[in-house]
Order: sequence, then C-alpha cells, then structure tokens
Amino acid sequence: MSNVSSSSAFKPDIVALEGVTKRFPGIVANDSVDLSIRPGEVHVLLGENGAGKSTLIGMLSGLQQPDEGRILVDGKPTPITSPRHALALGIGTVFQHMMLVPTLTVAENLLLGGPWWQRPRIEELAARVAEITSTLGITVKLHAKVSELSLGEQQQVEILRAMVRNSRLLILDESTSMLTPKGIEELGALMRRLVGQGLAIVFITHKLKEAAAFGDRISVLKLGRKVGEIPPERLRALDEQEIISEIVELMFGKQKDDPEAVERPTRTVRTEAVPLLQVAGLAVASTENAPGLTSISFDIRPGEILGIAGIDGNGQKQLAEALAGQRMATGGSVRLEGVAIETLSVGERRRHGLRYLTDDRLGEGTVGTFPVSINFFLKQIGAAPFWRHGVEQRSEIDRRAAELVREYDVRTPSLKTPVARLSGGNIQKVLLARELAEGAKVVIFNKPTYGLDLANTLASRQRIRDTAARGLAVLLISTDLEELLSMCDRIAVIANGALVGTVANADDARTKVGRLMIGLAA
Amino acid sequence: MTGLFSEVFLSALLFGAVTAAIPLLLAGLGEQISEKAGVLNIGIEGMMLAGAYLGFVGAFYSGSLWLGFLTGAAGGAAVALVMALLCVRIGLNQIVIGIALTLGLEGLTALLHHFQFSRSYPRLPAADATVIPLLSDIPVIGPAFFKHHLIAYLAVALVFGMGYLYRRTQLGLNLQAAGDKPAALDVAGIDVIRTRTIAVLATGTLAGLGGAYLANVGAGLFIPFITNGAGFLGIVLAMLARGRPVWVLFGALLFGVCLSLTTAMQVAGINIPTDVIQMLPFLAVMIMLVLFGRRASLPAALGIPYERGAR
Repeated sequence: MSNVSSSSAFKPDIVALEGVTKRFPGIVANDSVDLSIRPGEVHVLLGENGAGKSTLIGMLSGLQQPDEGRILVDGKPTPITSPRHALALGIGTVFQHMMLVPTLTVAENLLLGGPWWQRPRIEELAARVAEITSTLGITVKLHAKVSELSLGEQQQVEILRAMVRNSRLLILDESTSMLTPKGIEELGALMRRLVGQGLAIVFITHKLKEAAAFGDRISVLKLGRKVGEIPPERLRALDEQEIISEIVELMFGKQKDDPEAVERPTRTVRTEAVPLLQVAGLAVASTENAPGLTSISFDIRPGEILGIAGIDGNGQKQLAEALAGQRMATGGSVRLEGVAIETLSVGERRRHGLRYLTDDRLGEGTVGTFPVSINFFLKQIGAAPFWRHGVEQRSEIDRRAAELVREYDVRTPSLKTPVARLSGGNIQKVLLARELAEGAKVVIFNKPTYGLDLANTLASRQRIRDTAARGLAVLLISTDLEELLSMCDRIAVIANGALVGTVANADDARTKVGRLMIGLAA
Repeated sequence: MTGLFSEVFLSALLFGAVTAAIPLLLAGLGEQISEKAGVLNIGIEGMMLAGAYLGFVGAFYSGSLWLGFLTGAAGGAAVALVMALLCVRIGLNQIVIGIALTLGLEGLTALLHHFQFSRSYPRLPAADATVIPLLSDIPVIGPAFFKHHLIAYLAVALVFGMGYLYRRTQLGLNLQAAGDKPAALDVAGIDVIRTRTIAVLATGTLAGLGGAYLANVGAGLFIPFITNGAGFLGIVLAMLARGRPVWVLFGALLFGVCLSLTTAMQVAGINIPTDVIQMLPFLAVMIMLVLFGRRASLPAALGIPYERGAR
C-alpha cells in the first residue's frame, strides 16, 4: 500500500487490511486483499455478486475470521473476534439484510445490547438520539414498531444505531439495493454529512453510478481479488463518465498474464443453417424481488454459442428459467427446431432436447444428501432403464453412473458419496454429465464457472466448447465478460430485463459490450 | 345432584383447581421463557418429572418441604442443563432431544423410585397452608383461593414479575430478540448462545419447582409418571399465551378447573363413566386449540439453532 504513505493529506487509517484471505469449502472468497479505511472518506467497495464483498464485511464486523493476513485497527494488528468486539473498536455495520428485531420498537432495538441487569434507559437514549438526528437532519419515530417502518426508515434506524454506539467506522453493505431513487439520494446526502463529521464510511455496492457519485476512494473487487483502487486525488480530477469508464476498465479489462485468456474461437457457424432455438418477444412479469423480462428475441443456430452479458441481477436467471419452463412467461414464443415449446412443462421441454444448467448447483441442481449416482438421473426418476415398475434398478444406475464419472472426470470417493460433499467443480461436472449426456439439442448455461477454481473453470469452458462443436445450440449466461469473449460467437447484453444490443464477437467486442452494459449505446 | 352446587362442594372444586393449576402455571411460565428466546423446550415434561422426584426425595429425607422445593428446582435445572448443552450450544434438534429427555426421565425416575421404595408409596405430611387473614373469611372464594402453600402465591406473583421482565428490562429485550431475530442480537454484541442457555435453565428451574409442587403439595407422594402430561399442557399454554404471562395464568386456571372437576365429579358420584370424566382436561385442550390455536404467534426463530455467520 505505497500510496498510503505518499498521500499528501495524511490521515492515519482507522482500519487497514493486509493480505487478508478467506476460504470457504470450494471457494476462495477473498484472496490477499489490502484495504485502507480513513476518517472523513467514503471508501466504495465495488464488485459483482461473488466478488467477496460480503465476506470482507463479515471479517470487519467480527462474524468471520480471516484465514491469512491481518487486520490493523489504529495501526495495531487486532483480530476482531466477535461482533461485540467490533462494536467496542468503533466499527458499526449496517448489513444488507436488516438486523432489527421486527417485533420490538425502534427505541428497544437501539437499546439492545446494553447490560442485561440494567433497566433500558429510554430517556437517556431519547436525548442522545435527538442530538444525533438534529445534526444529521433525519427524524426517527422512537416508539414505532420496526415492522411498521419502511425499508428506508429501517435503514436510518440502523445507521442511527451505529452512531449511538459511537462508531468511528460505518460499513454500509448494499444499502441502496432496497431503496427508492429518492431514498438513495437521501442516503448519499447523509453519508456526506457523516464523513463531514470525521467518520469513515465503507460503502459496498455493485452499481457503478453510485460508486462514482458517492465515493471518495473506490476499490474494485473481482472474484475475491482487489483488482484496482482509484484514490481521491484521481477521483476529483475525473468527471462521472470518465470515472465509470475507468471502473469498467478495472472490472472487465483484460489483465496481463491472465491464465484464463484463450484465443477467440475460430469455429465457423453456418449462417444459412436453420436456427435450433428461436425466441421471439419473450416476456415475464416482474416479481417483488426480481425484475421481469420484456420482449426478448434471439436465435441460436446449431454449433453456435450466444453469450448473455450484463451486470448480475438484470434478469439473467429469469431468462434462463423462462426458457427452461420453470418460470411462467407472460408472452412471446420459444421454438426448438421449429416446434413451439413455450406452453410445455419442464419435463416436456427436456424431452424435446432443451437442457438447463442452473447456477444454483446445490439448491436446485442436485439433492445434496443423495449419492452421486442418483444425482446423475434426478431428471429421469421413474424412467426405464433405471427404474422398472417403480423399483430402482441399482445395478443399471451404478453401471451408467460409473461411465459418466469416468467420462466427465468427476473426482468422487465413490458413487455412494452424497453429492454435497464434493467440491463445487465436481458438482458442476455431475450437472454437466447429467444435462449433456443424451438427447440434448439446446443447452442453457447459467454462470457455469461461478465459484469454481481455475482448473475446473477451464475444464467447464472446454466442455461447453465441445458441446457447441457437436452441433448443439448453446446459450451462455455469464457475468464474466472475459469468459464470454473467449467463447461466444455473438454476445447479447441484458439490462433491466431487456436485451439492449447484440454484437458479433470481433476485435472491438469488448468496448462495445462494456458500453452497452453501463447503458451507453454500442 | 343436590350436592353439586353446595358451598362446600364449590369451594373444594375451586381449591382443587388452584392446586392443579399451580404446576401448570409454573411449567407454562417456564416454557414461555424458552420460547421467547427461540428454544422449543419439549423436554419440559422430563424436567417436571425430575423436579417431582427429587423434590419428593428431598422433602421425604429432610422432612422439610422447602428443602424439597429446592432439590426439585435443582433437578429440573440439571435436566435443562443437558438440554442447553445439546440443543443450544451444539445445536442439535430441539424436538428430538426434548422427546428423548422426557422419555429418559420417565424411565429413570420410575426406576429410582422402585429401587428406593419398592412398591410402597410413602406419603409426606400435609403441606402447611399460608392463610391470608380477612380474605380467607370470604365465603366460597376465601377457602378456595386464600388457603394455599406460600409457593402458590409466589407463583402467581411471578406472573407479574415475568410481565415486568419482558416489558421493562434489558434481559426481556434480549430474550425476545434471541427468539425473533437472533442475528440482530448477535451483532448488537450480546451472546445469543448465552442468552438462550439462561432461558433454558430458567425453564428447567420453574418446571422442576412445578413438579415438586405437584408431588409434595398436590399429591403428597411420588408415583411414576405423576406429571401425566402437565409439562405438555405447559407447552400448549405458553404457545396460546402469545408471550403474555397473564394469559398463562388464565389458561392454567381453566385447565385447573377441568382437572379438579374430574376429581370432584367422581367424588360427587355423578353417573357418568369415569373414563369420560377423565377426558375432560384434554377435551378442554383440544377445544382451546381449535378456538385459539390460529392466534398462537410464535417467535420467528423458534426451534432453529443459532449459528453465527451461517450462510
């Protein structure tokens, strides 16, 4: 962190991270991350889902411990052992999911955590709250039940709670995700007043515009690694568009010596071939927590890989599920080899040759407690030759499963091992084997390499390329632009549930897709 | 039928109702603490049995009823300690462990009793009643409500004590947070595991006391399986009371009346088969569940072991 010491207006870090690494089974959530958090600064942590932001917060707030590296508080190495310890160090966190007890009042929530033998000191609290709210320009209904407050109000209560506890560092985890545009604006103004009072703020988001608008310093995380930092001096020198393009460069830009870098495919798709999958005007109604889809149209020819790029949460999962039949479409048509399948059930679509590899490998992809062998045939339960007259044909299942394990190189102790005990990469191989085995014509991959280590990532990508080479149509949904650029024939960009443009994967595709992703015309 | 509505009969009926209600009240109040904190304490029947057995043994050998209450409460707390270790600290399934504890203690207390007393059932001398002056002179109500053992009055006072604890103290807030949103309590800097452990131990103590009252004051002796579902009735009471101690009191009295009616009607020699009469309390449970079961509001995290940072 050389720029720390060379900074002209030197303010000592309140908290600093040095080479912090955190692993979860099958995933490296944070890989040697350095971070410096200073008073009077809004430090934006930017990254997509799975970039490791939440894990970082977990370690700062005492919920998790780093496996390697150390955390410095006021320059001294300090393991943050518990949430109580974090609070005592002056680190207050507003979590992405509200941490208020809905059945208690605002005042009671603010009092939570006091010594148990004491009577809650409501009067004292009210005076303190009045003092804080008057300088921040917010109003809080102390005696309202939390369940009666709007999400924006609840968030203010959480910020207030951190202030009541004399926090010096306030961590806001995806705090804008549930707010209205006006609420976001108010939060921005509130953050400015807080840093004006000398507080340090860590603001986590995956929205570029917010980062550019609110940040004094921006750190970009990608797949657990910190890939860049824009210091305040530089931020002040740039206007919003320049900041955003610099962030895009950091987030999606090509790094040197990238082992994932693969030559762009030279496969030729016969343009005159009849498309295997034709989607026209597909629409899905939006739900409470998911965007809908509006008039999605595209074709995929045999042997072609169409990529879907976009910031996570813009309707990718909805698109995949609508095609697979798991989500009700409100309009449009889906044709497979010219046959309309939009009204068919999940199972019927599968019989027509449509395959969907979910990104939720353990949740909906497999049954974790079932053995590897049964998981290969989850979608054929009851069907011959693996079941006859409702009775499981163990030998037939094991024979075929052993073949698949060999063919797809699944590293499993035995066929009987519960699939949840395997690593993420091997679970993905089980899914690949199941979906690609026989009768597949069109395959939808949703984030196929998400959370996998490098070796498995490369293996999965090769598997997808082979799939296309066999003449199947492939829809590859990914938030990893590098992946799409290395594999696709064409890349469509999804934003707010609509395809905003499709570009051929030529030399200028990176810039074109990047511009489409942040809402600029290609 | 003439005897049924006489003054003596009525006051005996009510006296019996209160006597039967006190163990239910203590169990219900105890269960309520655990449930507030998010632990479904099915083992409470076993805790009551441990309290009944140890309470009786303590009183029998020492000759002091008060020492009996002390050993009974300690017995309930000891069982609760096992429950807290397994279900709160280690995070095992609360229902499975609760049932196991109940079944285990049914057998254990019966076995120990058999070893000590073989097939005899020695009785304790009748408990001294604390007679409240003036109030106890009121006809019917006086002898029914104001001539009980001191513990009974303390149990009723506890209803209001618990009400104060839940509404007005920091511990009450912590308990409710542990049951409704344990993660919020954790990030507020309070140890969820410790809060829940305290709650379960309090449950065991109260259940043990209730069991001791049942054996020493209610029956004056110990027989195997003496609680006969009183702990389970306590669970029902706690669930229907929606977190309010005073509703546990009302519910306990209602069940107490039913239990007392069972005895009273048999004594009065009414021409109904005893099997039908003995069904009464459980019929009352079913009626109450049908009428109010829908309104039972339970803490959001009830029955779910807490694990920090679980994802």
